[in-house]
Amino acid sequence: MDIHEYQAKEILNEFGIKTPRGGLAYSPEQAAYRAREIGGEEWIVKAQVHTGGRHNADGIIRCRSESEVHDAAENLFGKRIITAQSGPNGKVVYRVYVEGSVAISKELYLGFALDRKMERVVVVASEAGGIEIEDIAINQPDSIIRTLVEPAVGMQAFQARQIAFKLGIPAPLVNEAVETILGCYKAFEQLDATMVEINPLVVATDTGIYALDAKMTFDDNALFRRPEIAELRDKSQEHPMESMAADRGLDYVGLEGDIACVVNGGGLAMATLDCIEIAGGSAASFLDIGGGASPEKVAKAIRLVTQDERVNAVLVNVFAGVNRCDWIAQGIIQALEKTPLDVPLVIRLAGTRLDEGRKLLAKSGLPIVRANSLDEAAQRVVVAASAQLKRRNQAKILVAEPD
Amino acid sequence: MSILIGLDTRIIIQGITGRIGAFHCQQMLDYGSRVVAGVTPGRSGDQVHGVPVFNTVAEAVEASGASVSLLAVPPPFAADAIMEAAECGIRLAVSITDGIPAQDMIKVKRYMRRYREDQCMRLLGPNGAGVISPGKALVGIMPGTIFTAGNVGLVARSGTLGYEAAAQIQAAGKGISSSVGIGSDLITGSTLLDILKLFNADDDTHAVTLIGEIGGSQEAEAAQYIQEHMQKPVVAYVAGIVAPKRRAMGHAGAIISAYGESASEKIALFREVGATIVPGPAQIGETVAQVLDTLAHQT
Repeated sequence: MDIHEYQAKEILNEFGIKTPRGGLAYSPEQAAYRAREIGGEEWIVKAQVHTGGRHNADGIIRCRSESEVHDAAENLFGKRIITAQSGPNGKVVYRVYVEGSVAISKELYLGFALDRKMERVVVVASEAGGIEIEDIAINQPDSIIRTLVEPAVGMQAFQARQIAFKLGIPAPLVNEAVETILGCYKAFEQLDATMVEINPLVVATDTGIYALDAKMTFDDNALFRRPEIAELRDKSQEHPMESMAADRGLDYVGLEGDIACVVNGGGLAMATLDCIEIAGGSAASFLDIGGGASPEKVAKAIRLVTQDERVNAVLVNVFAGVNRCDWIAQGIIQALEKTPLDVPLVIRLAGTRLDEGRKLLAKSGLPIVRANSLDEAAQRVVVAASAQLKRRNQAKILVAEPD
Repeated sequence: MSILIGLDTRIIIQGITGRIGAFHCQQMLDYGSRVVAGVTPGRSGDQVHGVPVFNTVAEAVEASGASVSLLAVPPPFAADAIMEAAECGIRLAVSITDGIPAQDMIKVKRYMRRYREDQCMRLLGPNGAGVISPGKALVGIMPGTIFTAGNVGLVARSGTLGYEAAAQIQAAGKGISSSVGIGSDLITGSTLLDILKLFNADDDTHAVTLIGEIGGSQEAEAAQYIQEHMQKPVVAYVAGIVAPKRRAMGHAGAIISAYGESASEKIALFREVGATIVPGPAQIGETVAQVLDTLAHQT
């Protein structure tokens, strides 16, 4: 789960990391008021959106007066910030963060992540801060310092000290840098983060070490024991379908095509997409119902994917292990009896209680295209989707030419 | 022979009194697996489908002589249960739990490093399908009916895609020596490489089918082993050819995991080391059959 910059900074403050003085605003007037509160002669107005690369998308504006702050905020509210990381639809700005400026003498990069191969937390630092870490990796790979943390004892002061010296932190500020690095690690570890990124971490002339930007991502699997983090979720930053799916315990991924897929398991979902592509079609989305899905959950899944207007056909492909084909069938029947579909539905079931599932579907008399294999399912749904598209286009023509 | 489990394997189920534990206890018994004890703290003296329940793994192992455990324990308690198994004489643990926090798994893996290699428990999963040696034993959640006994070793990261492969191999008239689901969490107990090594040493396995997917470096490690040590033909499929590029979320993560992780890069690696590449997800069965038939001709 992602959170906003201002939320990450509040958390990091509690762990002893310094950030420039700042305040959150929901309106241009409030933004100007925040600037007055903060004082000084220069402010940065920052769009609070769940995406990196805001700089290049004009999501961060430098201002020299309160009225400039007001105008910058007015310009940002409601704006769609589209970056390389945000997806084609971008993220809409509903909150801005106003910050005082800091006199920078050095810009650094500091990041914490899970190294899945080493099975440890890895600390990544570089003297070449202020640009994306991918670009640092390409342009200045030698500047990157990687440090692995021993999980039994956590990060040690000497490790932070090594990083600080390698980063060229001036001697009087090394202790503060060590506190900053250890504080970030503690936040990562104690709050079940999967990523903490401070870019840039700056050495400010005379005044110390500041996190100028902060990004934190948390382990969804650990939210059950971090209610204070779970509360920070901002649905306005999620794709509406993803939000609805998440609220129903489902996992939704939106794509560009016109076939909606309801599948169990990520691997089978990817194989299903591959198969659809080979058959000449393309998927609009896939929804993972997971294991042990109840009929109610399956019904919700079907209703959810068919809300998408782009969808011309639906494919249910479930290979039941912990799942049960009879429950999947019951779910499909529940969904269709309540609201009949106006797009074709292709169903491929396999595995646990297959015969019971097939019988239920046959008895229901619902208009369903059945398939016995992955291949057959993909081919049938691609044919069904293109037939549906033709029907839709003809219907459009009829509407367009009433006489 | 087969790998990891066979006819005589004695099995306990941790979390046996839960809905999921009890269901898979029944499925495993139906398959003929020797489930000899269960563990749920505070439920000693109960029975589930005729299987006696104990308070601790130590008691269950002492009473039953089991060496293998299936863990059907909810996420908040799963890491603790895995460590209990490692400490109390279990040699192979299968964790089917979906949703264990990543940092818990880091602790589990670190904890397991306290054992000498020959005394260390092997862990499959979490969030994996487990292992089946068709006709002999099932320790996992896969539907037994889609597996026929034979000579193909099957290993898959994804559970359900592993089922798909097994069903296709069965439909193509071939059988399986053992099938293993690695699990698709960020941190897993065993890797594709670990299982490849076991198949390489197993006389009953004549060829291996490997089902990978995008992300991580397991496939690259497996490819290197195939090139240097594998004495049997390998059929490889990597899912996610058209998977959308993940929105670059974890920047710091991207630097350690950016290169060589797409399906096409992984396929190229497997092709380079001489594996037979499955052209599409629906051709796993026929490709395996072709490789086995060629092998039969050669000998």
